[in-house]
Amino acid sequence: MGLDFSGLEPPTIRASSSFPNLQPNILSSPSFELPSVKDLDGFEKAAVEMVKPVHGTTTLAFLFKHGVIVAADSRASMGQYISSQSVKKVLEINRYLLGTMAGGAADCQFWQRNLGTRCRLHELANKRRISVAGASKLLANTLYSYRGMGLSMGTMIAGWDETGPGLFYVDSEGGRIKGRLFSVGSGSTYAYGILDSGYHFHMSVDEAVDLGRHAIYHATFRDGASGGVASVYYVGPEGWKKIAGDDVSELHYKYYPVSQPVVEQEMVEILGYPPTGNLGDCSSIPIYRNVASS
Amino acid sequence: MECVFGFEGDGFVLLATDTSAVQSIVVQKTTEDKIMILDSHKLMALTGESGDRVQFSEYIQKNVLLYQFRNGIPLSTAAAANFTRGELAQALRKSPYMVNMMIGGFDKDTGPSLYFLDYIATLHKVEKGALGYGAYFILSLLDKYYHKDLSLSSALDLAYKCIAEVRSRLVVSPPNFVIKIVDKDGARELEWRKTVEDIAAIPAE
Repeated sequence: MGLDFSGLEPPTIRASSSFPNLQPNILSSPSFELPSVKDLDGFEKAAVEMVKPVHGTTTLAFLFKHGVIVAADSRASMGQYISSQSVKKVLEINRYLLGTMAGGAADCQFWQRNLGTRCRLHELANKRRISVAGASKLLANTLYSYRGMGLSMGTMIAGWDETGPGLFYVDSEGGRIKGRLFSVGSGSTYAYGILDSGYHFHMSVDEAVDLGRHAIYHATFRDGASGGVASVYYVGPEGWKKIAGDDVSELHYKYYPVSQPVVEQEMVEILGYPPTGNLGDCSSIPIYRNVASS
Repeated sequence: MECVFGFEGDGFVLLATDTSAVQSIVVQKTTEDKIMILDSHKLMALTGESGDRVQFSEYIQKNVLLYQFRNGIPLSTAAAANFTRGELAQALRKSPYMVNMMIGGFDKDTGPSLYFLDYIATLHKVEKGALGYGAYFILSLLDKYYHKDLSLSSALDLAYKCIAEVRSRLVVSPPNFVIKIVDKDGARELEWRKTVEDIAAIPAE
């Protein structure tokens, strides 16, 4: 499977005799000047690394009785720096299809928008919506044709088609796995823990949304590269719907309200102390009383 | 870690693989079927990166079927194995497919046959073989307990023995396996050996 580079080829310019003043190098194929660095390979590697801002992420999606839940955090980090707290990591491909973003933000956004146009073309050509399996395979085949060229994506394609709810994991190595529960990103291990322990197939939509939100919250709590807002989408027979977008730090105080700390020892002044008599001035000496024992 | 093995028996070939899909330290799926049914009497069990594995096996499957449609007769197992080797060898100097595989088939005249093929396109006709980290445990078991003319039930017992050994001795052992066979009646799935159920599987009513 080769890539079609025909669009990149220079337009054919014929008969240099009719254009004698034409500069000689205009006919050569267009090229970029190489950056003037000693270690070109190392430079290119570093450049590729530089354009991958959303490396720390938590995204998840799972199927259940009533459809699919898709959820994600919203933090973008560049190394130790949090570059944004409001990234949309759930990408809306069309009314029935959602994609998630982990890895390179630009790669995910570009190729999922590209997928959106191709899904629409499929609709126009075939007068029916594309299946989730079909859409995910379009994406997987595209990514496979670019394998080894530096793309970085770990995405879940979730949606509803004629066969019901569907969920696939697609990555930039060209892998495509059909599944019922996935989590992707640096916080995925924490999210898996919550999902695996709280999942029941017969959940209500509200319970499922709650599970997704909880999983994102706990992942953001432990994973420094995840945070911001936990957004949760539900995909049902009528297409997707955004259910929630909660700031995880507010969720923290909702799930774990601050309670009065238990004071074990407290400073009190005992009335009538110091006893009358000549003990000198002791009134400034604090007296400790064990509250627990009193 | 990945584990594929297979051997010939009396009138059949048995192939088994783990069914784990792994991404770094996470097991993403425990029910990923890595044995492709190439045509009615051929099986192909593969290991390798998931992208290469799926793309390559589907490409081979489609071309084996295309040959059948064009010529009205199916490829023999030997022909299919050599075709696969050729495709792998051609790709090797361009963009290699990182896949290793075992191809099993049954032909009317030659009976069952099994081939071992790795990503650098070495093809061996074998009677038993294994791939992946599991191979370090399984090969010796096959050397000791395998013999020609294994009946189906004793072949299954040997497969169970291999799976049990991998599960108990390999550090990163996969939980679930699938076993398929091909004989004169065709290629088919025999059994799933599971110790872990998919948490999100649809529960039986």
